[in-house]
Amino acid sequence: MSVVILSEAFNPWLLLEEYQQKMSELDGKYGATAVFVGTMRDFNEGDNVSQMFLEHYPGMTEKHLEKICTQATADYGLLESLVVHRVGEINPNDPIVLVAVWTAHRKQAFEACREIMEDLKSRAPFWKKEQLNTGKNRWVEKNTKGY
Amino acid sequence: MGIAVKFFASMRDLMGDDRELDAQMVQQHNIKTVDDIWNYCAEGKERPANVLVAVNMDYVGGSTTVKDGDEVAFFPPVTGG
Repeated sequence: MSVVILSEAFNPWLLLEEYQQKMSELDGKYGATAVFVGTMRDFNEGDNVSQMFLEHYPGMTEKHLEKICTQATADYGLLESLVVHRVGEINPNDPIVLVAVWTAHRKQAFEACREIMEDLKSRAPFWKKEQLNTGKNRWVEKNTKGY
Repeated sequence: MGIAVKFFASMRDLMGDDRELDAQMVQQHNIKTVDDIWNYCAEGKERPANVLVAVNMDYVGGSTTVKDGDEVAFFPPVTGG
């Protein structure tokens, strides 16, 4: 299980490949890998967005994400999990979040990946401040429901 | 030691910088719960209905009691991912 908060841009696919290469002790044990990547859009609520600042609560954010992954490991029998989340200044098309889980079978992988992502969206302490093309700034007030 | 009070995102815009309430201040103002801390720091500002609270980095309700050495944080609904 690994939780990473990054203040620099990252390539989720490269990171995923590197992470999986370090899991050689699980070779032959997992039959399913489910991956979610969230990317910044250049629009929100009818406005064009030029940049975003992502704030977090150092310490609590990591603690909460670890709690989510521990719970998912218990509920779905995860063999391994990885959560990576950006903070700081983010530009459109930058990846924001990566969630990956490895399980024996696909059902648990799909469900666990979804559950981790939905809990992250609704409970993990991150906050987005958008800069609009008009020059105006605003806090995003709530996430849309995923279900 | 006292109680560290933190505000994040739009709560910081509303409430200002983080605060450190020393033990004497806590006793003098009879601060016993998370709600008491808000009322002391808010100086009359209305508390948004959707504000979330954490004590020592765990979510709690407003009536939760606080003690010397605690870290209390107020923040709006989260919007990560």
